[in-house]
Amino acid sequence: MNTNLVDWAAVKADFPVLQRIIDDQRLVYLDSANTSQKPHAVIDAMADFMRNGYSPISRSAYQLAAEATDLFEAARAKIQKFINAPHVEEIIFTKNATEALNLIAQTWGRENLHTGDIVVLTHMEHHANIVPWQMLAAERNLEIRWIPLTVDGQLDLTNLSSLLTGAKVLSFTAMSNVLGTLTPVAQLCQAAHAAGALAIVDACQYVPHNVTDVQAWGADLVWFSSHKMVGPSGVGVLWGRRELLHAMPPFLGGGNMIGDVRLDGFTCAELPSKFEAGTPAIVEVIGLGAAVDYLSKIGMAHVRQHEMNLTDYALRTLDDRYGTDICIHGPRDIAVRGAVLSFAFRGIHPHDLSQVLDQKNVCIRAGHHCAKPLMKLLGANATARASFYLYNDESDADALADALDSASDIFGL
Amino acid sequence: MPGLEDLYREIILDHYRTPRNRGELETPPAHMAEGHNPLCGDEITIYAQVENGILTDIKVSGQGCSISQSSASMMSQAVKGKSLAEVQALVHRFKVMMSIAEDPEDGPLVEVKLGDLEALQGVVKFPVRIKCAVLSWNTLLQALQEADI
Repeated sequence: MNTNLVDWAAVKADFPVLQRIIDDQRLVYLDSANTSQKPHAVIDAMADFMRNGYSPISRSAYQLAAEATDLFEAARAKIQKFINAPHVEEIIFTKNATEALNLIAQTWGRENLHTGDIVVLTHMEHHANIVPWQMLAAERNLEIRWIPLTVDGQLDLTNLSSLLTGAKVLSFTAMSNVLGTLTPVAQLCQAAHAAGALAIVDACQYVPHNVTDVQAWGADLVWFSSHKMVGPSGVGVLWGRRELLHAMPPFLGGGNMIGDVRLDGFTCAELPSKFEAGTPAIVEVIGLGAAVDYLSKIGMAHVRQHEMNLTDYALRTLDDRYGTDICIHGPRDIAVRGAVLSFAFRGIHPHDLSQVLDQKNVCIRAGHHCAKPLMKLLGANATARASFYLYNDESDADALADALDSASDIFGL
Repeated sequence: MPGLEDLYREIILDHYRTPRNRGELETPPAHMAEGHNPLCGDEITIYAQVENGILTDIKVSGQGCSISQSSASMMSQAVKGKSLAEVQALVHRFKVMMSIAEDPEDGPLVEVKLGDLEALQGVVKFPVRIKCAVLSWNTLLQALQEADI
């Protein structure tokens, strides 16, 4: 694919915070796997709505409310198209991605999982795809099984069918937030279904960086966040097959999610309201809609290709410069990895590394990345992580490589 | 932006590279506590031996960044051989320096000096790192509390 069709310098210029100068140095933002920066288009859409159009949605007859409702529901339709969901009412807005998985565990899980039932996860999951299952497992006495990893940080599927035997659900990430590994989502969904298990996909790291097609995956439930895909924080997305969502009990109770309320009980609203109790994050959902427009205009295939090029460049640059002094986790093959580089460098603790890099305005994450079981496998309490997005370029990878040198200077290593 | 020279003073790097009182003590008679920094995953274990109201021996194990490790190393030197009242006073003084004492004006009256520990003063300019510096101190308190002394 020819990524020259996109003016990547102009893309970078769309993000005002990246123009910021601190202590005479530009900002080098390499923490997008954590959260992404926001383009003018998103900031303006949110500010414009608050200045000129703010009102409640779905419940008032005046024109302002009708306009706001249209904007809000248009964002839902944009998400539907963006992930190729069959039906718009299958798109549920949650508070964040973590709430989406908690919704699944607390509704589908409580309805369907009982003593001795088996949940299959992988060793590369984020805490958000571990703890809600552990909470339910403690309550319902469930068994949790783990798909292990290969030495290069991919899923080891050697014993997949025996792990899935008797399982009720397989819940896994489409892309590791630590290793950058892309998992074979369609294959895993198919294997889950062959075993009679539900297939749930954590797409938080995948959707912002790739063309997503939930139907091609054959998944049952998929969840991701707005703030990692140049949208605002405060919104998560849950997509589920319509029949499945229909069969699931409601999550939070309150306004908007009801069909009727009487003194002796209530009935649920239709999808998607059934799972959207209370006033939603109206401004943020509209901002997310603008984010989807922004990404769609560039094209997710272009974004993916840009990030593959950048990952390849960063891996080569760091290798050439530091050889065995740097240990980058995860697969080397950029066809199966995203633009996330977790690494160890010359024995310097990641916290110290990130502190030193901060002097050069190079922003990386240091820590366990909410994936402590995986960190244990890597034999570390923490790693440093640089993650790239559509607004990064080769000069950012160079800045990272340069800044690492200054860490060696201070620690005398 | 505050300069790194405020944070990574030579004495801190020295304790990081050559940590003092590393190891373990037999429990019992020693008391033990584990501290975790949930944000970064750093772990520290403190072993404290108390005889007749004196902290006669202390050992530190675990892993972490230069600030958490050097703070633990310097702390172990500072508290070893001190009475428990002096240890409490040192903890208070240290937390005041880190700007996180609950009652900065109203600590123990026992006279104690921070000595080398004052090198960690610069951490205050980097608020995210205060937790690193204080981790071993809280863990020591925990070990002493668990000993109910």
